[in-house]
Amino acid sequence: MLEAFANGFSGLLAGFSHLQLTNVVMIVVGCTLLYLGIKKDFEPLLLVPIGFGCILVNIPLADLMEPHGFLRTIYDAGIMTELFPLLIFVGIGAMTDFSPVLENPVTLLLGAAGQFGIFLTLGLALALGFNEMDSVAIGVIGACDGPTAIYVTSQYAPHLLGAVSVAAYSYMSLVPIIQPPIMRALTTEKERIVVMKATRKSVSRTTRILFPVIITIIGGIIAPKGLPLLGTIMLGNLMRECGTVERLTKASANEIANVVTLLLGISIGATMDGKIFLQTQTLIVLALGFIAICLDTACGVLLGKVLYVTTKGKINPLIGAAGISAFPMSARVVMKEGQKYNKKNYLLMHAMGANAAGQIGSVIAAAVMLSVLKGMGII
Amino acid sequence: MKIELTSPIPGKIMKVLVGVGDAVNEDDEVMKIESMKMENPIYAPATGTIIAVCAKENNEVEVDDLLLVIEEAC
Repeated sequence: MLEAFANGFSGLLAGFSHLQLTNVVMIVVGCTLLYLGIKKDFEPLLLVPIGFGCILVNIPLADLMEPHGFLRTIYDAGIMTELFPLLIFVGIGAMTDFSPVLENPVTLLLGAAGQFGIFLTLGLALALGFNEMDSVAIGVIGACDGPTAIYVTSQYAPHLLGAVSVAAYSYMSLVPIIQPPIMRALTTEKERIVVMKATRKSVSRTTRILFPVIITIIGGIIAPKGLPLLGTIMLGNLMRECGTVERLTKASANEIANVVTLLLGISIGATMDGKIFLQTQTLIVLALGFIAICLDTACGVLLGKVLYVTTKGKINPLIGAAGISAFPMSARVVMKEGQKYNKKNYLLMHAMGANAAGQIGSVIAAAVMLSVLKGMGII
Repeated sequence: MKIELTSPIPGKIMKVLVGVGDAVNEDDEVMKIESMKMENPIYAPATGTIIAVCAKENNEVEVDDLLLVIEEAC
């Protein structure tokens, strides 16, 4: 009787005896993510489920990520199949108004420049000895676009998924801290005070409807490997702009996006098992991701400077920083930074144009990269 | 001289911080407009007295819509 009691009691203590240092460290990491999401309001919709998923997967003997564990089931169903990031993309398309881009097509150039960092970081990762697939996944952190990073990484470097997505989402929320010093360092006071008046051109409904269809067809033919990303974001946008499927648009932008965000977050957290996550490689990935975002910002601002010169001072180079796809954070950063130097300057709508262009840009950059690798026979 | 302040961005008037008869200095904050889920401060274009406020809280505004008029101090 006493022995049975002792055995039963030892069952309750087994979890403690199996707890390893790596688990403890990762539980602390999970709690830190929760703290950042709850207390600091950094991307709470993602960091809360990611942080909690990280805690769950590091509790020993629960086997949540083993075959038939519930986190494994969600992960296999949505991340391995790439379904979650793609469903999020339909929602992003349904939420994004691309008319600032169409009003001012020059912002498309800034959206493209904001992606150069991806390719520079890709080169850097290759130089550091990462293989091609891993380097692509690391470079894509520079897109500053969580779903794109998750899509690419889950397909080609799933072992880096935890590191890449945590990097992508935490840097996205740190955009207001990362970008301003780079913007200031690369521009002169004279450039920063350039006033850009908001335009009042209206874009016709036909143009707004044709835009997603044309981008999908042309982009898809050029970079077929990226069509799932481009196609889903454009489907969402077409539903928004056509105005005849309001129920679907609302469901994509709200209910579907919310449910998928929860499942995506918790399964990303579930990849952060201490044994896999706590390696020097993770730190290098985090560092390279940071470099990628800095380089993107720099490239965007530098192209902004080129446009400042070519338009004889009509374009404020600060809006180039919004060429990354952290939407709409970086457009807000540009607006605030511009107003710091000239209170009567409202760069918001121009920055939004560059920012929306950056969203398309990051998807196209990822698509191009995948198609190039396919062409080279690497994937 | 009358100076008109028009809306620099499209959005919703969140708060009007001044009323008719108030004296303002150039670059004083006179209202807040919410645009793209961001609170944007709007500053007085000149020093003077407010003689008309056209903006109403919770109203939507477009670019160039008249917000208020200032009689510039000489």
